[in-house]
Amino acid sequence: MAKLKNLEDYRDAIEQCVKCGACRAHCPVFGAERREGRVARGKVALSKAVLDGEIGLEAKVLEDLSQCLLCGSCCAGCPNKVPTEEIVAAARRRIAEQQGLSTFGKGVAAVLGRPKLMNALAKTGGALSSLLFRKLPENSGLRLRFPLPYLESGRTLPPLSARPFRERHPERIAGEASQPTVAFFTGCGINYMYPEIGEAFLKALRFLGVTVIIPADQACCGLPAVSAGAGEVVEKLAEQNLAALSREPVDFVLTACASCNAGLGKIYAEMGEPFEKLAEKTRDIFVFLVEMGLPEKLAELPSRGVKTRVTYHDPCHLRTRGITAEPRAILRALPQVEFVEMENAGTCCGLGGTYSVYHYENSRKIGAKKAGHIEESGAELVATDCPGCIMQLQDAINHAGGRQRAVHILELLREALPEEK
Amino acid sequence: MLDQRIIRDLQATLGAEHVATDKADLICYSYDATQQQYLPDVVVFPASAEEVALVMKIANAERIPVFPRGAGSGFTGGSLPTRGGIVLSTERMNRIVEIDTENLVATVEPGVVTEQFQKEVEKLGLFYPPDPASLKFSTLGGNVAECAGGPRCVKYGVTKDFVIGLQVVTPTGDIITTGGPTMKGVVGYDLTKLLCGSEGTLGIITRIVLKLLPLPEAKKTMLVLFDSIDGAAKAVSTIISNKIIPTTLEFMDGRTIDCVRQATDLEVPDNARAVLIIEVDGDREFLAKQVQKIQQLIQPLGVVETRTAETPEESEALWQIRRSVSASLRKVNPDKFNEDICVPRSKVPEMIRKVDAIAEKYNIPIVNFGHAGDGNIHVNIMIDRKVPGELERAHKAIEEVFRGALELGGTMSGEHGVGIAKAPYIPLEITPEAAAYMKAIKKALDPNNILNPGKIFLD
Ligand SMILES: Cc1cc2nc3c(=O)[nH]c(=O)nc-3n(C[C@H](O)[C@H](O)[C@H](O)COP(=O)(O)OP(=O)(O)OC[C@H]3O[C@@H](n4cnc5c(N)ncnc54)[C@H](O)[C@@H]3O)c2cc1C
Ligand code: SF4
Ligand code: SF4
Repeated sequence: MAKLKNLEDYRDAIEQCVKCGACRAHCPVFGAERREGRVARGKVALSKAVLDGEIGLEAKVLEDLSQCLLCGSCCAGCPNKVPTEEIVAAARRRIAEQQGLSTFGKGVAAVLGRPKLMNALAKTGGALSSLLFRKLPENSGLRLRFPLPYLESGRTLPPLSARPFRERHPERIAGEASQPTVAFFTGCGINYMYPEIGEAFLKALRFLGVTVIIPADQACCGLPAVSAGAGEVVEKLAEQNLAALSREPVDFVLTACASCNAGLGKIYAEMGEPFEKLAEKTRDIFVFLVEMGLPEKLAELPSRGVKTRVTYHDPCHLRTRGITAEPRAILRALPQVEFVEMENAGTCCGLGGTYSVYHYENSRKIGAKKAGHIEESGAELVATDCPGCIMQLQDAINHAGGRQRAVHILELLREALPEEK
Repeated sequence: MLDQRIIRDLQATLGAEHVATDKADLICYSYDATQQQYLPDVVVFPASAEEVALVMKIANAERIPVFPRGAGSGFTGGSLPTRGGIVLSTERMNRIVEIDTENLVATVEPGVVTEQFQKEVEKLGLFYPPDPASLKFSTLGGNVAECAGGPRCVKYGVTKDFVIGLQVVTPTGDIITTGGPTMKGVVGYDLTKLLCGSEGTLGIITRIVLKLLPLPEAKKTMLVLFDSIDGAAKAVSTIISNKIIPTTLEFMDGRTIDCVRQATDLEVPDNARAVLIIEVDGDREFLAKQVQKIQQLIQPLGVVETRTAETPEESEALWQIRRSVSASLRKVNPDKFNEDICVPRSKVPEMIRKVDAIAEKYNIPIVNFGHAGDGNIHVNIMIDRKVPGELERAHKAIEEVFRGALELGGTMSGEHGVGIAKAPYIPLEITPEAAAYMKAIKKALDPNNILNPGKIFLD
C-alpha cells in the first residue's frame, strides 16, 4: 500500500522555518484575512506546537489549519522552501485520524473513492442546473460533493455533462508510428464537467499525430482527498491510477488540469516507488505541446483579422512547479489571440480544493481581487490550464458583474487548429 | 494569566472578535524573525487611535505590559511579549488615508505593508525610497519604529528621513500628533525624530505622514566583480568622491561569493573575491553617461568583470545573485546570527579583515555582505546550535565584532535596532550618562513602564 508521510515526518521541514514572515507577502488566505493563524508561518508554528504536544487539536487549531488553500505560494516565496502545504495536509490527516473526517470530508471520500458512483451521479445530474440540486434527496452523493449551503451561498456552477468524457471515447486512439504514445489523465473536472476540454485535447494531439490512451478505469487524482485529510482515500486512488496508467507502455502521462498535474506529479512523487516513476512521466499538456514544437507549427497557420484579447491566469499548482512560460507560449502563438498580461496573474483564484466549500466567504474575497485584475487587463477572455480555476474564475467574474469568460487554453487551441477531414 | 475581568474590559472596548485569548492565537503572536518565543496573555487588534488609547488606559490602570507589533519581521525581538501581557497588533490599521499629489505627502496607518504603499504612490508617478529587504511584508509602523533602511539609503536616506509627522498614542493613553505635512517645522522638540527608531518603547504610532519624491525616470544596474575587497571598497570611495551618488552600492565578500557559487549555477570566475552591485537612477540620457563614468573610474581597481543590465529583467537577474545569498548561507551551517554593524564607509575593508580574524580565532564561519555605500555590514555568524560549545563561542565572537566596529567609530546596529538581542551590549556603545538621559525620557513618558518594557535597555 502506498504511504503518505505523516506529520512527524515533517519535523525537520517544520524546523526549517526561521519565522522571517516572508510568506505574509505570498499567502492569499492571509491577504483576505490578516491574522497570523492564517499565514504559513502561523500554520507551521501551530503544527509544531501540535507535534510537541503543547497544544491539542482544539477548535481554533482546526480552524486555522482549515484556512489553507494548499496552493504552495508560500513555499515558492520562502527563502527556506518550507513546504507548508504538505505540512498542513499532513496535519489534516492527523486530525482526520484522531477525530474522523468532517461531514464534508466524508462526502469527498465517499464520492471520490467510488468512481462508479461518480459516473452514476454525473448521469442523473446531466443538465441539472444548480437550482435543481436543491431538489436532490438529502443523501444524494452530489449533495455531498456540492453541499447545499455551498450552492445557496450563490456559487455559480457549470452544469454536469450528460455523458462523461471517458465514455465517449475508446481507450486507444492511434496516431502516427513516428510520434510518441501518451496516456491522457482526464481528471474529474474534464470527465464530468468540461468534456469539451477533453475534445480539444484530442484534437490537438491528433493534429500532431500522437497516439492517445485513455484508460477507462482511471480515478480521481486524489487532491481533493488530500485537502480533506482523507489519507487512505488518496492512497487507494493512487494505487488505482498507477494500475490504470501503467497497463500500456506510454512515453508520457499528460494532464490538462493543474491540480491533477500536482496530484500525479508531486503528491505521488512524495509517496516513493513505484509512484515516483508515474510522477516522472507526468507532463502538463502545454509543456508537452511546446516540446513537440506546436508554437512553430501554429505560426505557419494563416493569421486572422480580428483578434480576441486574452489574458492568462496561472494556476497555483503549475506556477509553484515552475510551469509558467509554456502555457503563455501557446497562447501567444495562437493566430486569433492578442495576449495581454494581467496584474497578479500568479495569485491564487481562491478555490483550493475543499477550501472554497468551507470558507466560501474568503474564497470569494480572493476571487474578487482576481476578477478586478481581469477587468483591468481589458481582456475578453481569461484563459487558464485548470478546470477548477475556470469554475472559480467564472464564479468570481459573475459576482463582479464582469462580462469576461473563463476558458481553457485548449478550447482556444481547438478553435485555431484546422478542421479535421 | 490575566484576570477575566480585564479580558472582558478589552472585549467591551474592541469587540470580542478583536480580542484573542485562544492558545492557538497566543502561539501565533509569540515569535518574530528573532525566532525566540514568548506567549502573551492576550492579543488585541484595535482599529483606530481611539481604541489604542483605550487599551493603553486599561493597561495602565492594571499595570499590564503592552507590546506593539507590526508584521513581526524584526530581527532583534522588539515585538516579543517577553513578560506576557498584551500584544497589540496593528494588522487592522492598514489604510492608506491620503496621497496628496500636490504637496507630495501621504498619510498612512501603521499596518500598511511597505511595498503596497510604494506601489500605490508609484502608480501616481511618485516615489517612497526606503526599501528594507523585508518591504514585501514588513509594515510602515514597524519600519518607523525601527527606523529601517535598505540598499537605496546611500542616495536617499533611511525611514526617518521621510517621516515628517506622526500621530501617537502615549504610554498613558493620550493621543498626540508630532510634526505635520509641511516640509519645514521647528516648533517645540522634534518628537517625530525621537519616535523614529524608538522601537515601540515611547508610544504607539497610529498614523504616519510621509514625504514623497518624484519617481526617477529610469535606473541602471551594474554587477562588478573585483579581485579583492580593497578594490571594491576603493571603488565605493572613488565613486562617491567623484560626486556620483548611486542609488545603491551593495557588496558581497569572498566567502559570500563562495556560498552563492555553490548554491546557484551563476558563472562567477574563481579570481573574484568581492562583488559590488551598483545601481544609478535618474534621467535616461544622464544615466548612460554616469554608468560610463563609473566604469572608467573603477576599472583600475582590480575589476575582474563588469555586467550591465539594459532591461528590468536583466537587472532582476543581477539582483538575484544578491537575493540568493540568504538561502545559500544555510548550506554553511543551519543557524545564524545576523548582525548589522555599521562603520564609516572607508573602514569597510578594515572591518572585514577584523571579522575574518575573529572567525579564525573562534573557528566559526562568518560571512559578510551588505550596504557598502553606507558602511552597513551584515555580519552572518554561522553556527550549528547542536554542536556543544558553538553557541558560547558565537556569543564571544559577536561581542568582539561589536567592539571592533566601535573601535572604528562605528555602531552595533545600522538598521535592526536593539530590542532584546542587543540590549546586553548597550553599555559597549552608550555611556552611562547618555543611557541615563534616555532612560529619563522613558520614565517620564511611561511612568509605570508598561510599554514594551525590557527592550533596548535591560532593567
Ligand atoms: C528577511 C528580512 C529582511 C530584513 N531586511 C531589513 C533591511 O534591509 N533593513 C532593515 O532595516 N530591517 C530589515 N529587517 C528587519 C525588519 O523587517 C524591520 O525591522 C521592520 O521594520 C520591522 O517591521 P515589522 O512591521 O515587522 O515590525 P515588528 O517586527 O512587528 O516590530 C518591530 C518593532 O517595532 C515596534 N512597532 C511595530 N509597530 C509599531 C507601531 N505602530 N508603533 C510603535 N511601535 C511599533 C515593535 O514593538 C518592535 O519593537 C529584515 C527582516 C527580515 C525578516
Ligand atoms: S517564509 Fe518560510 S521561513 Fe519565512 S516564516 Fe514563512 S514559512 Fe517560515
Ligand atoms: S499553501 Fe497557500 S493558503 Fe496555505 S499557507 Fe501557503 S500560501 Fe497560504
